[in-house]
Amino acid sequence: MPLLKSLTGKNTESSAAFRLKGGLFPLTLLEISHYDRTEFEQQLQDKAAEAPIFFKQTPVVLSFEEFDGELSTLPLSELVEICKTHGLLPVALRNSNAALQDEAKQISLAIMPVGRVKPNADKTASDTAPTATEDASAAPAAEHIGEINPNSSPSKIVTTPIRSGQQVYAPGGDLIIMASVSAGAEVLADGNIHIYGALRGRALAGVRGDTSARIFCQSLEAELVSIAGNFKVDEDLRKDHWKSAVHASLDEQTLCITPLV
Amino acid sequence: MAKIIVVTSGKGGVGKTTTSAAISSGIAMRGHKTVVIDFDIGLRNLDIIMNCERRVVYDFVNVINGEANLRQALIKDKRAENLYILPASQTRDKDALTVEGVERILNELAADGFEYIICDSPAGIEHGAFMAMYFADMAIVVANPEVSSVRDSDRILGILQSKSRRAENGERVEECLLLTRYNPERVAKGEMLGVQDVEEILATKLLGVIPESETVLKASNQGIPVIHDIESPAGQAYSDAVSRLLGEEVEHRFMSVEQKGLFKRLFRRSA
Repeated sequence: MPLLKSLTGKNTESSAAFRLKGGLFPLTLLEISHYDRTEFEQQLQDKAAEAPIFFKQTPVVLSFEEFDGELSTLPLSELVEICKTHGLLPVALRNSNAALQDEAKQISLAIMPVGRVKPNADKTASDTAPTATEDASAAPAAEHIGEINPNSSPSKIVTTPIRSGQQVYAPGGDLIIMASVSAGAEVLADGNIHIYGALRGRALAGVRGDTSARIFCQSLEAELVSIAGNFKVDEDLRKDHWKSAVHASLDEQTLCITPLV
Repeated sequence: MAKIIVVTSGKGGVGKTTTSAAISSGIAMRGHKTVVIDFDIGLRNLDIIMNCERRVVYDFVNVINGEANLRQALIKDKRAENLYILPASQTRDKDALTVEGVERILNELAADGFEYIICDSPAGIEHGAFMAMYFADMAIVVANPEVSSVRDSDRILGILQSKSRRAENGERVEECLLLTRYNPERVAKGEMLGVQDVEEILATKLLGVIPESETVLKASNQGIPVIHDIESPAGQAYSDAVSRLLGEEVEHRFMSVEQKGLFKRLFRRSA
């Protein structure tokens, strides 16, 4: 589940103790359909045995959207404890009721809004490309943790132009686009973004916080370029290397645009 | 097998209906049985441009609702032998169109021996435009050489390649660009986007460039599709576009400032 966009204080003084920065982090949903202590614990244990790497302090959001039964009698703190014992760290609650939310506050769990985080995400994109919603990013991670396929590449290759209004996201890897990205289009990747064409829209690499991610393009005409939440918009980008082949990288929180030679 | 071609643009007023009328007339004049359907329910215009406004009895929505059969609703064009027009309803709205209804009529038309079905899309990206493009095999995207029109065309191309039935089946809709209201003089002065600029932004095949011309307005007011005006550059450009659509190789014209000014002047002097 991706969290909010960037917000940076440009006028903060140099001595500021902190800076608010945006990040985009997919979270796994723990969809609970019914609860019985022994059964739940047993199944969780089995799952953890299947994919021990995944169950290492992994943050999860508890979701009760499909809960079958009486929510108010659910022993939330007990459930949270069981999760913690098996390497899952519940951080928030979703689709719960008022009583459960009260209990959540006492044990310092956040309350997530109901439904998709990006309700306005363009519909057209959802067909061609998985958008940065929980369906596309978090759910597969949870489903496939048990299987490891050595041949599968997390990179995503797109051969057609990305048109205005479309959004393409490569979860867990690089995004390679063998055409242009139009103004009004948005491309996102957890890793690097390579564009063998002009970048006229928005490109966001390292959306899960990978500061070593880079963006490469044949012609920089972008509306926005962002790496791990550090971004530059059109008017900053126009100053240097506009309409030339460049790559963008992060140097100590500063987004650098360097020509590709 | 009938070929379904949608004429679309996103933006309004760029020349979709003018293009639908001209292209469908042009294809029919080359001997192919053609029908042009007005999808702009509630704002029908195609019948005016084709000068058959007063011959409309039943319309597209009547046929979808089963209130009339296709034969009763189709209007035979008086100029082009093989051309039929299926007019839109003026009194209904676009929600009267359903996927099932439109599919049924397209199938009936194909069964009736129509080779080309031209769908004149309404502006916008709402239901009417979606219905017009959903079954398309090919799209003619009409754009004017200005930034907002090109942007909307880009958007439409994206929707076309993700929302149409072909896209749902993992195929691509054949796409081509028709640039209308092109004025090479203004391009030379830097007041208008050039063909190359637009081609570069949209990265799609160029079907034709229709020069800006007063004959287009005259033709639509008179109800004669401009392609019948073989003297006018716009008519000739549409004719070239039809040739390309039918697979011929025709060199693009009317894209640069014409030198005929000098010839004309000489001619006038000697006369």
